[in-house]
Amino acid sequence: MTLILEVSDLNKSFGAVIAAQDINVTVHEHEVIGIIGANGAGKTTFINMVTGYLKPTSGQIKFAGRSIVGLKPRDITVLGIARSFQVPQVFASETVFDNLLMVYAIVEESGLGLLAPLYNDQRAERVDAHLIRYKIADYRDANASALPQGIRKLLDIAMAAACKPTLLMLDEPTSGISIDEKFELMDVIMEALRQDKTTVLFIEHDMEIVERYVSRVLAFYQGRIICDAPVAEAMVNPDVREFVIGEEFHRTRTQNDNGAGENNA
Amino acid sequence: MRSKYIDNTVIGLSIAFVVLIFADFFMAEWVRFIGLQSLARGAVALGLLILWRSGLVSFGHALYFGFGAYAAAMMTLIGYRDAFLLVFVGTAVAGILAFLLGFLLRRYRGIFFALLNLAFSMILYGVIVKTEALGSTDGFSVLTPTFLGYAPKGEAVQTTLFLFTLAFTYIITIGAHLYLKTTLGGMSMAVRENEIRVEYLGYSAERIIHVKYVFSGLVAGFGGAIMAMAIGQVDPDSMANWTVSGEFVFITILSGIGNVAATFIGALVFELIRTYAFEYAPQFWQFILGGSLLAIIMFLPEGIWSLVARLRRPQKAPSP
Repeated sequence: MTLILEVSDLNKSFGAVIAAQDINVTVHEHEVIGIIGANGAGKTTFINMVTGYLKPTSGQIKFAGRSIVGLKPRDITVLGIARSFQVPQVFASETVFDNLLMVYAIVEESGLGLLAPLYNDQRAERVDAHLIRYKIADYRDANASALPQGIRKLLDIAMAAACKPTLLMLDEPTSGISIDEKFELMDVIMEALRQDKTTVLFIEHDMEIVERYVSRVLAFYQGRIICDAPVAEAMVNPDVREFVIGEEFHRTRTQNDNGAGENNA
Repeated sequence: MRSKYIDNTVIGLSIAFVVLIFADFFMAEWVRFIGLQSLARGAVALGLLILWRSGLVSFGHALYFGFGAYAAAMMTLIGYRDAFLLVFVGTAVAGILAFLLGFLLRRYRGIFFALLNLAFSMILYGVIVKTEALGSTDGFSVLTPTFLGYAPKGEAVQTTLFLFTLAFTYIITIGAHLYLKTTLGGMSMAVRENEIRVEYLGYSAERIIHVKYVFSGLVAGFGGAIMAMAIGQVDPDSMANWTVSGEFVFITILSGIGNVAATFIGALVFELIRTYAFEYAPQFWQFILGGSLLAIIMFLPEGIWSLVARLRRPQKAPSP
């Protein structure tokens, strides 16, 4: 598998607060990686640095072999890293269709092409196909501000995925979603992204979600990565159990009906 | 969709264009004068509409209006009086100024953007007022324009100027309308709604704003040059003062930002209210102007255009 993202010795401090310390991560093509960690552990800071929103204090980030430190989010997006947001960032006063039409137009056009009409029938077809894949076609003409939280999340992720990124970073895709809707939402997203052969890196608090969808886990604690291992291994790692999962999580010990966590049966 | 480019707005504007060409030969002189002023101010408001679509309001577009007007007027000081040249110069210098200031202004939003524009416009005002060579507060008169060698006399000057203005305004308005339907134009919405998302789609929100800002500067310079020729005089208080900027914002609120045609209707209504208020209540005309703005905001918050939109909405089928 090709190496696409290489983060080495990454540090970030805000004054006296250390948000990231000696982060070293490599990501290969087609991996699905879960980022776990308590609030304030540095998960979002990590995504913000990779996508150019925050400049690291020191360290190197290489994407597809070239350094992307100091580039702006828009440049990094063009290179092939897209992201979704914990709080969905949509065009709230527009319909779901118009949101994605805008996204497709921006992604597809550049230079003089920007002066071609925003709407054309072929683009509308692509948008509708995208809406179907992300199962939000029922909300096509609904205003983005009036969507249920789960659908708004899906729209946000669908907008990021429409950039056709090599690497997609999802910041808590299931936060604010009820438990019974979470798996449905993740099934839709992961299926669509697998078809696109997109490498995915997502932040998640729910260990059931992590176990079900990811191949590898990065566990953050106080700005450091305390564990970088395949999911089954990470779930039994003592540091992870103590600092990330906490005492209240006993599921992997008591039940292992789930394929990913059965090695400790 | 019937065609990518021809829609109701284009058809409506074209009809209005043809009708006004013929009307030009029958209009009373004072009506034509109001028409000319409406076209000039409407053009500036068109620029404000484009900015407004991305959520930006400028309280200082008298800067470009005044700059265009004075640039055109100064051309006549050195002996050039061809209307095409004057309009070209007025538009171009305002556009260049907008391009340069745009590098700074595109970084500001909301009240900061509005007032920074105001600040720059008051610098221009101050410079003009202090410059004796430009007539200080009295301004100076502008030579009657010629049109590619044709030098009309008497009423024919205004008739020709009206046709000239009408043709350019028509082209600009159609251009602005088509622009708003392009990807670049449509991004106004995206910038207004969510700049973070625009950045994360790989495009610079600031660049989008800069393009719009230059356009608004160009059309304001155009409006200024036309106004200088229409009145035959430039002076700081009616060209570059902050009250002039206020009038443009007034017209934009009056018109609404629903359609490019609205700004000209709004400008015409503004001229009519002002003319009649001044005629019948010379002591209270500002009171009447303010009252009508209040009424618009309370009863037609989306401007005069919402009346047209309201008429059309019931017939519009739900989009497929």
